[in-house]
Amino acid sequence: MADGGTIARKEGAIHPIRGGVHRGIEHESARKHVMGAAVYTDDIPELPGTLHVAVRLSERAHARILGMDLSRAKQAPGVRAVLIHADVPGDGDIGTIQRGDPILADELVTYAGQAVVAVAADTLLQARAAARLVDIYYEDLPAVLTAEAALEKGSFVSPPLTFRRGDAAAEVAGAPHRLTGTLEVGGQDHFYLEGHIAYAIPKEDGDLLVHSSTQHPAEVQHAVAQVLGRPMHGIAVECRRMGGGFGGKESQPAQIAAIAAMAANATKRPVKFRLDRDDDMLMTGKRHDFFVRYDVGFDDEGRIQGLEMDLAGRCGVSLDLSNGVVDRAMFHADNAYYLPAARVTGHRCKTNTVSNTAFRGFGGPQGVIAIEHVVDEIARSLGKDPLDVRRVNLYGGPGRDTTHYGMPVEEPEILAELMDRIERDGDYRRRREEIDAFNARSPVLKKGLAVTPVKFGISFTVKHLNQAAALVHVYTDGSIQVNHGGTEMGQGIHTKMAQIAAQEFQIDVERVRVTASATDKVPNAPPTAASAGTDLNGMAVRIAVGTIRDRLVAFLAQHCHTTPDKVEFRDNAVFAGNHAMTFAEVAKLAYLNRVSLSSTGHYATPKIWWDREKCEGRPFFYFSCGVAVTEALIDTLTGEYSFPRADVLHDCSGTINPAIDLGQVEGAFVQGLGWVTSEELWWDGEGRLRTHAPSTYKIPTSRSLPEDFRVALYTDRPNREDTVFRSKAIGEPPLMLGISAWLALKDAVAAVGGHRLPVRLDAPATPERVLLAVEDVKARDMKARMGAAGG
Amino acid sequence: MTGSVRFVLGGRVVEVRDADPTTTVLNWLRANGRPGSKEGCAEGDCGACTVVLGDLAADGRVRYRAVNACILFLPMIDGKLLLTVEDLAGEDGDLHPVQAAMVDRHASQCGFCTPGFVMALFALGHDGRAAAGGLTDGAIHDALAGNLCRCTGYRPILDAARAVMAEWAEDRFDRAEEGIATLLRSIQRDGPLAVTRGSASFHAPRSVDELAALFAAHPNATLVAGATDVGLWVTKQGRSLPTLIHLARVRELHRIGEGAEALEIGAAVTYTDLLPVLERRLPELAALVTRIGAAQVRNSGTLGGNVANGSPIGDSMPALLALGASLVLNRGGVRRELPLEGFYHGYRKNDLKPGEFVERIRIPLPRDGQRFATWKVSKRRDQDISAVCAAFLLTLDGEGRVAELRAGYGGMAATPARAPALEAALAGQPWTADAVTAALPALDQDFRPMTDMRAGDRYRALVAKNLLMRFLLHTTGAELASLEAAHG
Repeated sequence: MADGGTIARKEGAIHPIRGGVHRGIEHESARKHVMGAAVYTDDIPELPGTLHVAVRLSERAHARILGMDLSRAKQAPGVRAVLIHADVPGDGDIGTIQRGDPILADELVTYAGQAVVAVAADTLLQARAAARLVDIYYEDLPAVLTAEAALEKGSFVSPPLTFRRGDAAAEVAGAPHRLTGTLEVGGQDHFYLEGHIAYAIPKEDGDLLVHSSTQHPAEVQHAVAQVLGRPMHGIAVECRRMGGGFGGKESQPAQIAAIAAMAANATKRPVKFRLDRDDDMLMTGKRHDFFVRYDVGFDDEGRIQGLEMDLAGRCGVSLDLSNGVVDRAMFHADNAYYLPAARVTGHRCKTNTVSNTAFRGFGGPQGVIAIEHVVDEIARSLGKDPLDVRRVNLYGGPGRDTTHYGMPVEEPEILAELMDRIERDGDYRRRREEIDAFNARSPVLKKGLAVTPVKFGISFTVKHLNQAAALVHVYTDGSIQVNHGGTEMGQGIHTKMAQIAAQEFQIDVERVRVTASATDKVPNAPPTAASAGTDLNGMAVRIAVGTIRDRLVAFLAQHCHTTPDKVEFRDNAVFAGNHAMTFAEVAKLAYLNRVSLSSTGHYATPKIWWDREKCEGRPFFYFSCGVAVTEALIDTLTGEYSFPRADVLHDCSGTINPAIDLGQVEGAFVQGLGWVTSEELWWDGEGRLRTHAPSTYKIPTSRSLPEDFRVALYTDRPNREDTVFRSKAIGEPPLMLGISAWLALKDAVAAVGGHRLPVRLDAPATPERVLLAVEDVKARDMKARMGAAGG
Repeated sequence: MTGSVRFVLGGRVVEVRDADPTTTVLNWLRANGRPGSKEGCAEGDCGACTVVLGDLAADGRVRYRAVNACILFLPMIDGKLLLTVEDLAGEDGDLHPVQAAMVDRHASQCGFCTPGFVMALFALGHDGRAAAGGLTDGAIHDALAGNLCRCTGYRPILDAARAVMAEWAEDRFDRAEEGIATLLRSIQRDGPLAVTRGSASFHAPRSVDELAALFAAHPNATLVAGATDVGLWVTKQGRSLPTLIHLARVRELHRIGEGAEALEIGAAVTYTDLLPVLERRLPELAALVTRIGAAQVRNSGTLGGNVANGSPIGDSMPALLALGASLVLNRGGVRRELPLEGFYHGYRKNDLKPGEFVERIRIPLPRDGQRFATWKVSKRRDQDISAVCAAFLLTLDGEGRVAELRAGYGGMAATPARAPALEAALAGQPWTADAVTAALPALDQDFRPMTDMRAGDRYRALVAKNLLMRFLLHTTGAELASLEAAHG
């Protein structure tokens, strides 16, 4: 018989739990962040004898390496190793889906910024100084630098893919109206504040522990093992937290860690490889820039009847994750709009530039901006308010509920609801009138307004990645440790996992500790990406907790002579029949009675399938939706601008943590706004990136965000699918709402011509692009007037 | 190694004897058990390394300023208080109000930029305006413009800032001020500081005569005031700077002379110290100066450095050219005065002789009836380098005709320069839109701008012209014609 005691005796210990699900508790590291006490990879105390690596990067976009003189570098002070591709003990090509990603260039350099030589030295300054002393002799080869040029030359990293519904060409040709055009969409650097870093520490038997700033520890483990030619079981990879990831630390950390590991293996010393910001920006992949061609047919209301679209992504020099990225652009070429007939082709352009990679949205934003551009152009060509044209094209209504790749949109009403609300709360119609009035009296400054929605598919489109595992331990003092396959990059996944465990055990969240992501605790985890971290790992944690709880229930039912249905976890306690015990008492009792207090959990997303050969299936578990209205103010003398107001409404129904989700929505919106405004990647004619530091690459600052910024969470519709506590994914979707800022700028430019003339405004809409668009409209307006006067 | 650097850290005097003179404060901190301050860029552009320096103001009080530790050389903080993010919470773990506000508002996500924001806000709170209740939203943006955050979108950080500044009260640093001041007084030097390590040396003379003698003896030395540029020579270019002469301790170089007709600015006056004077005497230039770098850069950087450095995109030069500024140069104690427009010979080449330095800058103030304005155009409003910068000084005659227009431009050529063809084309013309429009093509004779990552040639040429149109609108007060005006 348990010393259960009565409920009255436990008063004090029994109280409603703090920090279960649906509560906006603070980030688990918030206090450490503000005190400077949160440990990032570079903050881990260095072991004695630690060496530091610097790399020498290619200055050529495409060239044969005729020779290298390493002698001066080898003799430089403090240098312990100078490594080239030939020194790789195992397989030095870490391309996962397709080969083509050597960790150090081998015979050929294929982009400017590619790592060629790695130098390990006693200090970082010595390593960097020595790397400068390497002489590399090149023979230049012809280089392909842009997506458009690659398209012309047929230079691809992978064959094109086409989604087809109906006879799009015939529908376009037969429609009352038709528009064709192109759009250029720039890429984006992740600009995580913490650059890439890995710290490799030799263990016995040649094993390695690698601290890596990575969204994908298992991939780092795989790459290190492959490069060293060793089994994965001897490589442990750990990541407590990243200083930002945004997709930039999904595939890219593998190379950094592999170089560190190779140097550690060569020197038998701990080796740290931390990239300088410039090297980070030159060496690692970014968001794909796209070249878009479209041909659209539509009716008098602007309703699309047929769309032909080519989406050409600049993949850079290797495949990396580009198939998934370009596919996702294709999956999002509808955004929120029903396309009755469509041909959407994704081209994967191979260029002599850095291999582009995952970036929050993973191609989705490029698909969304393409169709939003088309819808905007349709509205302008018909002289209609773009919001009205958006509305007539929204999913919903009889027969208008499947995507162009055949997946049902099961909750189309949500898009109209969101739009209704933003139109009302954003005071759209009145402000439209006010802006027209302002523009009529203001010749130099012009205002614009735009609404854009987002419907974003949730799940990895590669099916096997849609799984997760967790490992949960209950200790005999009732404290709990949670490990899961997700990684913490600031998005608060550890906080949410702790909330889920706290909720399921019915204990205060402070009693749950989520530890560093580690390949030796949870193996083979997919990357923390695709907005799916909480969906996947949250379920895995819940399952692991459930297993332990079930054991405890069975044990307590027997021990307290009651039935399982009379055992209840509540208020930091467990009630079994007439007994009440604190959670710690239960843990101790279970241990003494030889009940296992540890469990794994594994989850695989149901329902999804995708046949890439046939281009059909249900690639997404569900969609995450939102909408924004943004107002822009431009200066037609300089092209400079600001955003007086933006209203954002995003569906976070069922949220595990509303404070964290609000942060995701706001942060994603501003990152999206940066992508389409000030963040310009600029390559020179030789294919060298010239914006490779914050001095030249301009992400938003505090003054960049809308002055009146109203962000709300829509919470009316808990997930219809069985997600963890019916929550919805949030990491990426709101980024696309930043596109409203770009279209608001375009609307303001259009005001220069009284909304009568078309506007060409590529992304990002830098002040330069805005001014040149203004000049273009002015010139055509002048021509039209002179033509009218002459006629 | 001879000489040592002394500063106050963690409540006591720290004496460093073994550091290379170009060791950055950030690298020193991180190697000495304080990894809270982060490196995000090592070029003073992201603010993750922000620390606060305290020194004794003239009134004996401790004055706090945020700086970028990543490009600050350790000997430059000799005699100062160094506060890092590790210092703010009390020993019992009580968060400083700035930290508590950041936590309450969910103002950190990945947390990597957070120490920098915390320190920038700490310095803002201590600059006196918050306690006086005079802190505007614009001042908060100005204080945070040098801190990049990639996660939050800034809204919660701004909310935290507004909340903590609205209730700013005495904190434990104010309460400990006497003790801090005593410690600081204990490490002040009367004489120059000289630190050598191996073949590298760092000298901080105290008087302009000492400086002149020292530089004459070491004409190959690198002069450094705030290191907002020279710091990058080390962190980004890996240059070794064997002899550094620090200007910031030279008393005379901190003088600001306010005459009726001109200002005389010592070469070591920081932008931050210059701003109150400009706001009073030359507000148009003050508005531009608030867009040079960000708070951390302005707390270290100097007008003298901007001039001597001679970058084609230095933001202050167009204004100084338009105003007819001149430089007082000193070589071994021998002074000469040179108009700024005679100073630049080519890309980063100037008229300085070996051992000669800029001692002060003389800026004539616009006379009654003269109109002056200067604008900077960049991709991003804050903490950016201009694509084009322009400044105009207009003198009209009695009939409303242009007696003289002086136009200075940056970003248009290898050096900041005046626009003689444009100036000539407008001389004697009526100050009207038609006359300005007719004169604008002359600007194409003055400049053939280049295309680079900041802007294309066509844009630069267009903006250069449009800024003159802006000046016309500005001086004729016809309408709401700028974003700044629209935002009031």
